[in-house]
Amino acid sequence: MLAPSRWRLISVVAALIFGVLFTLPNLLPASVREQLPAFLPKQTLNLGLDLQGGSYLKLSVDTRALRVEKTTNLIEDVRTTLRAEDIAFTDLGQVGSDVTVRITDPARSNEALNLLRTRLGGDIATGGSGLELSSQADQRIRMGWSAQALNAEASRAVDQSIEIIRRRIDALGTREPAIQRQGFDQIVVQAPGESDPERLKSIIGQTAKLTFQMVDDSVSVAEALQGRVPPGSVVLPSQDEGPLLLKKRAVVTGEMLTEASQGFDGQTGQPVVNFRFNGQGASRFGETTANNIGKRFAIVLDGKIISAPVIQSAIMGGSGQISGNFTAESANDLAVLLRAGALPAPLKVEQQNTVGAELGADAVRAGAISMAIGAASMFAFIVFAYGTFGVFAALALALNVLLIVGAMSMTQATLTFPGIAGIILTLAVAVDANVLIYERVRDEAHLGRSPLQALEHGYERALVSIFDANITSAISAIIMFMFGAGAVRGFAWTLLIGVITSVFTAVVVTQLLIGWWYRAKKPKTLPIV
Amino acid sequence: MRWPLITNLPREFNFDFVKLAPMAAVFSALLIAISLGSIAFRGLNFGIDFVGGALIEVETEKPLDIGGLRRVMTEAGGEDAQVQSLGQGNGAILRFRVADDADLNASTQVVKGALQKAFPGIEIRRAETVGGKVSGELARSGALALALAMVLMLLYIWFRFQLQFGMGAIAAILHDVILTMGVLSLAQLEVSMTSIAALLTVIGYSMNEKVITFDRLRENLRKYKTTPLRDIINRSENERLSRNLITGTTAIIALSGALFFGGPVLFPLVFTMVFGVIVGTYSSIYVALPIILLWGVRRDDDEAAPLKAAGARPG
Repeated sequence: MLAPSRWRLISVVAALIFGVLFTLPNLLPASVREQLPAFLPKQTLNLGLDLQGGSYLKLSVDTRALRVEKTTNLIEDVRTTLRAEDIAFTDLGQVGSDVTVRITDPARSNEALNLLRTRLGGDIATGGSGLELSSQADQRIRMGWSAQALNAEASRAVDQSIEIIRRRIDALGTREPAIQRQGFDQIVVQAPGESDPERLKSIIGQTAKLTFQMVDDSVSVAEALQGRVPPGSVVLPSQDEGPLLLKKRAVVTGEMLTEASQGFDGQTGQPVVNFRFNGQGASRFGETTANNIGKRFAIVLDGKIISAPVIQSAIMGGSGQISGNFTAESANDLAVLLRAGALPAPLKVEQQNTVGAELGADAVRAGAISMAIGAASMFAFIVFAYGTFGVFAALALALNVLLIVGAMSMTQATLTFPGIAGIILTLAVAVDANVLIYERVRDEAHLGRSPLQALEHGYERALVSIFDANITSAISAIIMFMFGAGAVRGFAWTLLIGVITSVFTAVVVTQLLIGWWYRAKKPKTLPIV
Repeated sequence: MRWPLITNLPREFNFDFVKLAPMAAVFSALLIAISLGSIAFRGLNFGIDFVGGALIEVETEKPLDIGGLRRVMTEAGGEDAQVQSLGQGNGAILRFRVADDADLNASTQVVKGALQKAFPGIEIRRAETVGGKVSGELARSGALALALAMVLMLLYIWFRFQLQFGMGAIAAILHDVILTMGVLSLAQLEVSMTSIAALLTVIGYSMNEKVITFDRLRENLRKYKTTPLRDIINRSENERLSRNLITGTTAIIALSGALFFGGPVLFPLVFTMVFGVIVGTYSSIYVALPIILLWGVRRDDDEAAPLKAAGARPG
C-alpha cells in the first residue's frame, strides 16, 4: 500500500489544487475577486443569516381567506346570474362552507339549476371551476367546491404568491433573495443583508388588491352603519375621512393595470402613483366615468379606501393617478406592489428572524477565533503525540480544512454559526482516523513486523473501522439534512462534506506522505513505536 | 518523558475494566435517575423554536438594567419575560411570549418600540419570532430525526456485527441522550433546533465510538476463540486505551476554543458536544460492552468474513 502510486499522487494533487482554487476567493478582497479571469472560481462561502446578517421570513398562505373570498364571489355571481334571467330567488347565502339559494317559483327551479351549472360549474379536469351543484328540498340549490378543486386552487395560490413575492423583492433591489416553497402552504423568504425586515415584511405581507368601486349614495353612510346596507353594497373604512358606502362590484381591478410608477402631482407637488390600464380596463373605466359625472368613485387597496375623488369628466385615456397621503417612499412601495400584482390570498408571518449585520460580524469573529484555536491546538497536540507522523496527520488536516472550505464554497452550502462547531468536531474525528491507523501500526510493530509491514498492515486493518465509523456519521448527517430545518440543514451538510474529505485526507494523504518518508529514510524502527 | 508522547504509552495496558462494571452500572443508573428526575421536575428550557414566542437581542453602551428590561417587556404585553445578560452586561437576550390570541409580530413591534423608548440608544441586534404552528412542526421534525437516526444506526450495526451489538449500542446511546438532556435540564441551557443538531452530532460521535469498540472486540473474538468473553473485553479495551486517550483529548481541546470564545450563541451547542464526547467514550466501555457481556455473543460468527479477509490479506 505504501508503494508509489501515480493515482494516489494525482488524486492528492488534484484535491490540493481544488482546495486552493475554491478556498482562495474567500481570502481575496472583492475588488481583486472581480478581476480574476473567468475560468477561476469566484464564489465565496455562503454565510448563513446568523453570520452575515439579514432577514428570514416564513409565511403561510391564508387558504381559509381564499375560501371565504371564493364564497363571497360565488354569492355575487349567483345573484347576477339569476337576476339577468329574471329568476326570482330568496335566502341566498352561506350555509356551512356551501352556498344555498331558494328559487321562488317551483316551475323554474330546474331551469335555475341548469343555468347555474352551465355558467358557474364544470368539471375541473376540463377547465371548469369544480363547483358541485345539487337540488335540495323546498326548491333550494346547494353549491360547494370539491376538495380537489379547493386544493388545486390553494396550491395555485401558493405558486402565484411565490412569483409575486419574487417580483416585489426584486423591485426592492434586495441582494440574492431566496424564496422557496415549504410543505403545502408555506413560503420561506431569506434575504441576506436586508437590514430592514419591517420594510421587507410590509412589502411582502401586503395583499395589494386594488379595486376601483363606485360610491353608493342611495343610502347615507350613517344609515348603512346602523345595518341598512343595500344588497350588493358594503361599508369600507377610509384612510383620510370617515367610512363610505361602496358598490361591491369593482369597475376596474388591479389586474387591469399595465404600469404603475411613483410621480408627483403637477399642481400640489405631492407624491402620487401614476398608472395606466390595459385595453379592457381603459374602456371600462372610460365608460363608467362617462356615465357617472359628478358622482364619486373610490380607490380601494386591501379593503381600505385610499381616496374617493369626484368624477369631473370622462377619463378616456386609460391612465390616471392615485393621490393620497403618500410620502415618496410609500408611493414608490405602492407602485412596486401594483406592478408586481396582488397576492391571491393574504400571507401570515409564521416565523421571523432578523440578524443585524454587526451581530453577524461578531459571530464571524467568534467563529474564526474558535476555529483558529481549535485547529492550532489540534495541530500542536497531534505533533506532540505522534512526532513526525503527527506532522503528516497535521498536513492532512490542513488539506482537509482547505477541502471543506473549498467544497462549501463550490456547492454554495450555507455555513452557519453552529456549522463552525460542526467543522471543528469533524476535524477531531478526522484526526481519530489517523490515530486509529497509527495505533494499528504500533500493534503490528509490537507483533514483530518490520516497519514497512507494520505500516502496510496498519493501514489495511484500520480502514475497516474507519469506514464503519464514518458510515454511521454519514447516516446521522443525512438524516439531519432530510428532517432538519434552517440552521440544522446547513450544519448537516457541513458534517457530510467533512466525513468525505476526512476519510480522503486522513487515509490517502498520510499514506502518500508516509510512503515518501519511508523511501527517503528507510527507517529501522518507526518513531511512534 | 520521551517525545513523541505516544512512545510513553504502553501498547497494551493492564487494567481490569470489567471488574468496575457493576460499580459503573450503579453510577450510570444514578445519573440516569438524576437526569430523568430533573427533566421531569425541573423541565427543559425550551427555546422559542419549540414553544413559540419572540427573542430580541439588544446592546447598549452602558450596562443594562435587567429588572428594568423585564419590566418594560411585561408592561408592553410580553408574557413569561426572560432576560439573559451577555458579555459585560451591556448586552442581553430577551425572550417573551404573547397570549394565545395576540398577534406575535405586532406584539414584538410594540415591545421593540417600548424598549427603544425606555432605553434611548438601545440597539436591536437580532429579533426572531416563531409562531405556534411552526414551533410544533420544528418539535415534530426534531423528534422524528432523532428517532430515525437511532433506528437506522441500529440496523447498520446489526448488519455489520450482531444484534446484541446493535442493542448494546442503542442502549448506550439512549444513556448518552438521557444524560445529555439531563445536563441541559440541570444547567437550564436553552434547548433549540441547534441543540437537536448537537444531540445528533453527539449520537454520531458516540456511535462512532461504539463501532470502533465493537470492531476490536469482534476481531479479538475471532482471534481467541476459546478465551472467556470477559477476558476478551478486557483485552480489547486495554488495547484501545491509548487511542481513546488521544482521540478524546484531541476532540476536547479542539472544541475548547469554541467553548470559551464562541460566545453565548455557540456555548450551549459546544457544551453539549464536549459533554457528549466524554459520555460517549464512557458509555462504549460501561454500557455497550456490559450489555454484550450479559447477553453473550455468538462465537461461531463469520458473518462479516469477507471484510475481515480483506483486512488480513498480506499486503
